[in-house]
Amino acid sequence: MWRDAALVAGKDLRIEARSRVTLNQVAPFAVLVLVLFAFALDPDRGILTRTAPGLFWVAVLFSSLLATQRSYAVEADDAGRDGLRLSGLDPAGIFLGKAAAVALELVGLQILLGIGIVVLYSAHLHGPVLLLGTCLAATAGLAAAGTVYGVLAAGLRVRETLLPLLLLPVVAPVLLAATRAWEAALSGAPGDGWPWLRLLAVFAVIYLAAGVLGYGPLLEEA
Amino acid sequence: MTTTETPAGIGSRGSFFLGVLAALTLATTVVLGLSLPLSTEQGPYSRMIAIHPPIATTEYVAYAVTVLASALYLWPRTRQRRWDLLAGASAEVGAVFTALTLATGSIWGRPTWGVWWVWDARLTSTAILFFLVLGYLALRRVPMELSRRSTISAVAALILVPAVVVDHYAVTWWRTLHQGASLAQLSPGKSLDGAFIAAMLVGFVAMGLVYAWLTLHRFRLAVLEERADIEGLDIALEERRAEGLELAARP
Repeated sequence: MWRDAALVAGKDLRIEARSRVTLNQVAPFAVLVLVLFAFALDPDRGILTRTAPGLFWVAVLFSSLLATQRSYAVEADDAGRDGLRLSGLDPAGIFLGKAAAVALELVGLQILLGIGIVVLYSAHLHGPVLLLGTCLAATAGLAAAGTVYGVLAAGLRVRETLLPLLLLPVVAPVLLAATRAWEAALSGAPGDGWPWLRLLAVFAVIYLAAGVLGYGPLLEEA
Repeated sequence: MTTTETPAGIGSRGSFFLGVLAALTLATTVVLGLSLPLSTEQGPYSRMIAIHPPIATTEYVAYAVTVLASALYLWPRTRQRRWDLLAGASAEVGAVFTALTLATGSIWGRPTWGVWWVWDARLTSTAILFFLVLGYLALRRVPMELSRRSTISAVAALILVPAVVVDHYAVTWWRTLHQGASLAQLSPGKSLDGAFIAAMLVGFVAMGLVYAWLTLHRFRLAVLEERADIEGLDIALEERRAEGLELAARP
């Protein structure tokens, strides 16, 4: 399973490295979202600094939608999904591989967005342990849930419009918990953030387990 | 997979009886609810208790039916078309009840809390539940192969389990502006007055019957729709062929 996961993750990441869609389209989009927030909210009164955690995670959430869609779009052409089904790879391995590739892209995006909120919103990053822990747990949850729901919508003609409606309410707890944890860290009271981090970890474990167990039948249907 | 026996129409003697019963209890709820005494803090708005908790609880029942039917469809031994159709019918009625829950809650919240909406755990989780169901219903309307759509929808319906659990326990787990579970206040000596309890209990029966009536009809309609999809083309072909033969037979 782990070997298959590494193979699939390597494949997805190699495609991204060569096509540069994530780098050239998704990353600029994420930063653009940060800029748009600055237009929508009054930048002069410190609103941006105060709401930086929430805006950061909304930008991550939107980017994770694009990353998930991209992860399945690369397999849509030339019957790539059929090839994957016929390859004899363990479905759980395929799931973990795809989720790992999406997670890695999201980590890259979060570093970029982190720099973004420091530079654009003049946020100060306190409590690095809590911040990093939140990022890792939230990323695992977003990537796992995105990969599960991505395969549900993959191959449908309406996938671009259907996936956000299916996925965003599901990952709403991630947005809530990650924002609260980051607010606690940035306000210098990391003690309030740990319960939210636990919630994120539980979310990630549930969706990773659901994906490992259920990906096979879902891939057959896709 | 066995096909579901097709009902002749969406109505039957049984559902007519059920409908009359639902209408009668609903009317009783209205009469009882409107005759409740004015409360000192909330004035007439406390009468909302006759409909709001029953509607919200019926919404949980609807989703429980959807999840159960989806699980039965996913389990290979019990896989039948009817479970898929029942899951969809129940979710659709559940969505209506969720919308009504949010609406009646807002109407009560405006005079009592001073705002239409607050972001407390119960309201937020109900709103998320609503969007989850809208997503599920959208998925059910996507044109694709029947068995595939049924399987995918059944899997997607399972998310309703944690969503309903969180929604129900939100008032216990977090300090919410929304008051605690209404059913927990029914034991003697609690804050609720007898007349309020009676009105709410009749409300529960009424909403349960309305749900059953609506779901039954929606389910039968879904069975007929499916049959029309499957057999419609054959029937149309046969009709055209018969027309052709008739024309050919004319001198």
